[in-house]
Amino acid sequence: MDGSDEQEAAFYAIIDADGRIEPRDDMPEAYRRSLVRQIAQHAHSEIIGMQPEGNWISRAPSLRRKAILLAKVQDEAGHGLYLYAAAETLGVSRDELLDKLHTRRQKYSSIFNYPTLTWADVGAIGWLVDGAAITNQIPLTRCSYGPYARAMVRICKEESFHQRQGFEALLALTRGTPEQKAMAQDALNRWWYPSLAMFGPPDTEGGGAKRSTHTEQSMRWGIKRFSNDELRQRFVDMTVPQADVLGLRMPDPDLRWNDERGHYDFTPPDWDELFAVINGDGPCNAQRIEHRVSAHHEGQWVRDAASAYAAKRQRHLEGVA
Amino acid sequence: MSGMWPLWEVFIRARRGMSHIHVGSLHAPDAEMALRHARDVYTRRGEGVSIWVVPSSQITASSPDEKDAFFDPAADKIYRHPTFYDVPADAPHL
Repeated sequence: MDGSDEQEAAFYAIIDADGRIEPRDDMPEAYRRSLVRQIAQHAHSEIIGMQPEGNWISRAPSLRRKAILLAKVQDEAGHGLYLYAAAETLGVSRDELLDKLHTRRQKYSSIFNYPTLTWADVGAIGWLVDGAAITNQIPLTRCSYGPYARAMVRICKEESFHQRQGFEALLALTRGTPEQKAMAQDALNRWWYPSLAMFGPPDTEGGGAKRSTHTEQSMRWGIKRFSNDELRQRFVDMTVPQADVLGLRMPDPDLRWNDERGHYDFTPPDWDELFAVINGDGPCNAQRIEHRVSAHHEGQWVRDAASAYAAKRQRHLEGVA
Repeated sequence: MSGMWPLWEVFIRARRGMSHIHVGSLHAPDAEMALRHARDVYTRRGEGVSIWVVPSSQITASSPDEKDAFFDPAADKIYRHPTFYDVPADAPHL
């Protein structure tokens, strides 16, 4: 929408009435661009997120755990597809977005740049990373852009299996041998702060971190409903009692219930680390992209074969007709 | 190459007795592959008993710009609604 005040007024009338914007509606160019950026980043996170867990499929400790993990990783691919399809309604192509991922011009969630060192990490990812993702995503089911909101409804339904299977896998370890319990504790120690960082930088200046640049505008547009810090607090409040059930210790000596606030006080993640990982300096950034690019290239012959077969059948049908 | 695969809209009948409802879209080289992809992507948890796939390019849509004018004929015919009619409260089964 380049501009007429009337179109802009119609757009904000829908936003202010908590209505939904649909693909063919007029929308400010900045709104469209911001959505493409966010949805693409979200889609990329889903498919890059297949890698840390995929790492354990061949080494899952039982057939049951292997089947569950396969189903979960398959779900992540599906989530990627829902989101790429939502982005495409905004006039970009999936190939163009994948190309931007492969050439590092678009980002994905920094959490997936950490390695999965033990089987317990698979449990910790389901419990913490998917738990944090659900906390982030539930408000997005009411986001102002219809196709994105609808994709999030499907995704949230499926994520709850992901979180529960992770919790159950960790529970099996914490009820197992001392070595297994130590493995679960070690996974929690490594994944806790990166999970807190998933909510993005803090809302206000402080601790040397930058202000979350997109929050304010996204809230005006009805894309974001709660600030990063509000969502992070919600996640901490939900998760701490779950750690008690597991019999694990949060790796935060300052974590305690604050009666006055009605919330847990906790130590924030190291923001310098978050920005370093976002900017390419995480333990696995290069490996994740390399693997994605090679998987894409190695799949080329399958896509070519499917196209060739479709073309051949089409010729055959036309010949018969 | 996948960029050249056309886009398909996917409709799913959740249970017998219900209509097919639009659930999303996907890319596929032909109708048969579109059906298989739709099964894999949209019915992993028993969400459907029947799938339709339609090339997105085959859908003709009303224009959002003209929606007021286009749907105007319905706006002033309130006598199409049963609540338009005053009937005595004691008339049964109306």
